[in-house]
Amino acid sequence: MSKPIVATTSLAGCFGCHMSVLDIDERILELIDLVDFDKSPVNDIKKFSRTCDIGLIEGGCCNSENVHVLKDFREHCKILVSVGECAIMGGLPAMRNGIPLRECLEEAYLNGPTVQNNKLKLIPNDPEIPILLDKVYPCHEIVKMDYHLPGCPPRADLIWEALIALVTGGEMKLPYEVVKFD
Amino acid sequence: MNQVVKFTIDGIECMAAQGQYIVDAAKENGIYIPTLCNYPGVKPKGSCRICTVKVNGRMMTACTTPVAENMQIENQDNEIIELRKAIIELLFIEGNHFCPACEKSGNCELQALAYRYTMMVPRFPYTFPQRAVDATNPKLIKDQNRCILCKRCIRAIQDEKGRSIFAYHKRSNKVEIGLDPKIGKGLTDELAQKSVDVCPVGALLIRGRGFEQPIGQRKYDKQAIGSDIENM
Ligand code: SF4
Ligand code: SF4
Ligand code: FES
Repeated sequence: MSKPIVATTSLAGCFGCHMSVLDIDERILELIDLVDFDKSPVNDIKKFSRTCDIGLIEGGCCNSENVHVLKDFREHCKILVSVGECAIMGGLPAMRNGIPLRECLEEAYLNGPTVQNNKLKLIPNDPEIPILLDKVYPCHEIVKMDYHLPGCPPRADLIWEALIALVTGGEMKLPYEVVKFD
Repeated sequence: MNQVVKFTIDGIECMAAQGQYIVDAAKENGIYIPTLCNYPGVKPKGSCRICTVKVNGRMMTACTTPVAENMQIENQDNEIIELRKAIIELLFIEGNHFCPACEKSGNCELQALAYRYTMMVPRFPYTFPQRAVDATNPKLIKDQNRCILCKRCIRAIQDEKGRSIFAYHKRSNKVEIGLDPKIGKGLTDELAQKSVDVCPVGALLIRGRGFEQPIGQRKYDKQAIGSDIENM
């Protein structure tokens, strides 16, 4: 029987959740016995080559590219999991949600204390650059998400337990210490 | 002497002094009923509804309802648990709760309740309201993004002359906590600390302080809120 296939991505996240996946330590050997990886930054596969069983999504949606990737994941994965606070509620990037987008850009490119040499007063605006959304959106407000693993990042044990439960169809253990929001 | 009454909580026989509020009576019997707006030593307000229990089949707030002889109280009923979960989720989506960047994280009662009820994601859409941080006071910072409008600060904090320092501003969904600029200026360190301790969430903070306890050593990192009562 072929192994279940896992894909992962980082949208508007910091890669901390992916680090937490690696934090399962030597269990990673057990994991590669259990599953195959498709599109993921872990193996640097850029495009889906087949339908996947589980998609792990880190980060929320802050721009058009995030939305595109997330929809692509929804199309290619049977089960999608929001991993971490950013995927669940926008996380720290969503702290901009109360500030108008123009103000954010002006602070970053024109007025901020670390801005240097922008004599032409340019705000990057090239068709190649994904367009920023008005605010940062939780993944489940863009596509249907099947499960949510909170934490910043989620504890490695939580990710491990969830993966094992999904792969084996077993019940998930949720000890008090593993469900945390920071 | 106070008369003792007998009652049950989830079928467990309990005893307490007549007239005691259900939350306190439950606590004496080693049973935890969650609270948020309630604060020991301050007159109960009954505003957050998290302590809702069924009393003889009817939903009542346990922080404002006194126990009486033969009361049958339900604290673990599915409908009650669902209601409490919904209240917790509503509080999360109604404000801006960025726990990973919050000074109160790990010591916050709202977060601790979300842990206790294993909230993975709120069922309601996030509202991301526009709220301000007020850093004009020399000792205290008020972050309206995290305020749950429990009024604990208003009810519990007075200066030595008995004057309130906190009050409600504005109305309806714009309502917020105000810190009296004049009286607030003379706030003692002690009263500033008391305000922070009274606030269940990270809406009131001492200037220049935060993240003092490492993750793993904070109040609710390993122990669920209420477990101290249950393990008494
Ligand atoms: S006040 Fe509590 S729930 Fe809100 S952000 Fe801070 S820790 Fe999280
Ligand atoms: S500032 Fe804190 S204590 Fe005061 S109403 Fe808001 S949450 Fe309650
Ligand atoms: S604790 Fe009883 S209503 Fe808030």
